[in-house]
Amino acid sequence: MSQISVTRATLLKDLRMEWRSKDAINSMLFFSLLVVVIFSFAFNPTAEESRQIAGGLIWVAFLFAAVVALNQTWARELRNQVLDAYRVSPAPPNALFLAKVLGNFLFVVILEALMAPLFVVFYQLRSVGPVWQLVVVALLGTWALVVNGTFFAALSIRTRSREIMLPLILFPISIPALLAMVDSTTTILTGDGTPGFWLKMLVVYDVVFTLVCLLLFETVLNAE
Amino acid sequence: MTESGQSSDRPVIVLQNLVKFFGRFAALRDITDSFAAGRLYVVVGDNGAGKSTLLRVVAGLMQPSQGSVTLLGSQNVRDVAHRIGYMGHAPLLYDELDGMENLRYFAGLYGLSDDSVCRDAMRQVGLDPELERRVGQYSQGMRQRLSLARAVLHNPELILLDEPFSNVDVHSARDMATVLGRVRDQGKTIFVVTHQAPLMEPVADEFVRMAAGQIVARESMKRSATVIGVATGGAR
Repeated sequence: MSQISVTRATLLKDLRMEWRSKDAINSMLFFSLLVVVIFSFAFNPTAEESRQIAGGLIWVAFLFAAVVALNQTWARELRNQVLDAYRVSPAPPNALFLAKVLGNFLFVVILEALMAPLFVVFYQLRSVGPVWQLVVVALLGTWALVVNGTFFAALSIRTRSREIMLPLILFPISIPALLAMVDSTTTILTGDGTPGFWLKMLVVYDVVFTLVCLLLFETVLNAE
Repeated sequence: MTESGQSSDRPVIVLQNLVKFFGRFAALRDITDSFAAGRLYVVVGDNGAGKSTLLRVVAGLMQPSQGSVTLLGSQNVRDVAHRIGYMGHAPLLYDELDGMENLRYFAGLYGLSDDSVCRDAMRQVGLDPELERRVGQYSQGMRQRLSLARAVLHNPELILLDEPFSNVDVHSARDMATVLGRVRDQGKTIFVVTHQAPLMEPVADEFVRMAAGQIVARESMKRSATVIGVATGGAR
């Protein structure tokens, strides 16, 4: 069996299960919605102030929301110990990891697409810089969050308080990516300069962490 | 063995000075033994004797603290993973999917894309492939049957089963034992860890008794043909 066919089968299986349960999407949506509404009422920012703070606000909201989905990712595999069935099979471990990353990426991108109009409305956001750059930042930033998040969620599945462990490990290691996402988003929204440096940093971060996670995943999967 | 149903002396499993520690507790203590192909072994013993640990170490789900396991001639279980079937104490199935969806996914992990393989596996354990009910709504007996179907759908040479009859009624358990006997008759080697040894007596070739992390006795059984009521028709 090839890596691609197992990745595809696992991804489709996860999408089907999420479509039926809607566990991850619903939790992420409600969490993000709360953040948008509460912060909007708490600060009531002007359009100019919104452009300054929106980068941080958006990405912190998505980061926290993503953690909800990331915790769900492996919970499904632990129920009925289904992960053991994968471990005894000849399927490549990295196919499982890639499928989980792609699934989470899709869930978070859908969340971002649904939440973006709400951010625009509640914070009166109008980008001074080109909007397509925001899309690039969103895709690169989301990949950075989910690739690490999926890996560290797998790392913490055998710990007793994994819901707490994941953010404890994930947030510090995501700081460089978060910094790049926030600064590039703010730069684009305000039109002050170009986000070139931050985008390059995100690309490097994505490549390095994707490779490291792929290299280490088999060890994590088979850890006792 | 062989398709004729006769066992051979070629060892399928060779355990060499096998030791497994959990912290300071030795769950397996210096086990050296070998098991021939084409036989149905029933592993019995009290709780904590090391039966499930032995099975998990053999399946490659746990690494031994010392010693080695040679499976089907290889010390690397991943090299022979496609020739091994494992059924755990838990069902190892997704509750959110129906029976066929589960089997299709697991068949894909073994490179099998033909739906008929999954249908045959379901029928073999007495389940109806057309049943669209999700596994979460299955009875315990149906889950165990489906779990057995998952373990054997890729036609493995070595089948490792951990408590396949737990929470299963006597009638279903007898049906499952019969299925196991038939699978052994097709030339497979089967290891069954169970507390319900009498259920396996009609089909077992050998009882392996464990105590305190060691194999303390092996008792061969004289068996005739695999009999008792065969599971027929789909369970609904």
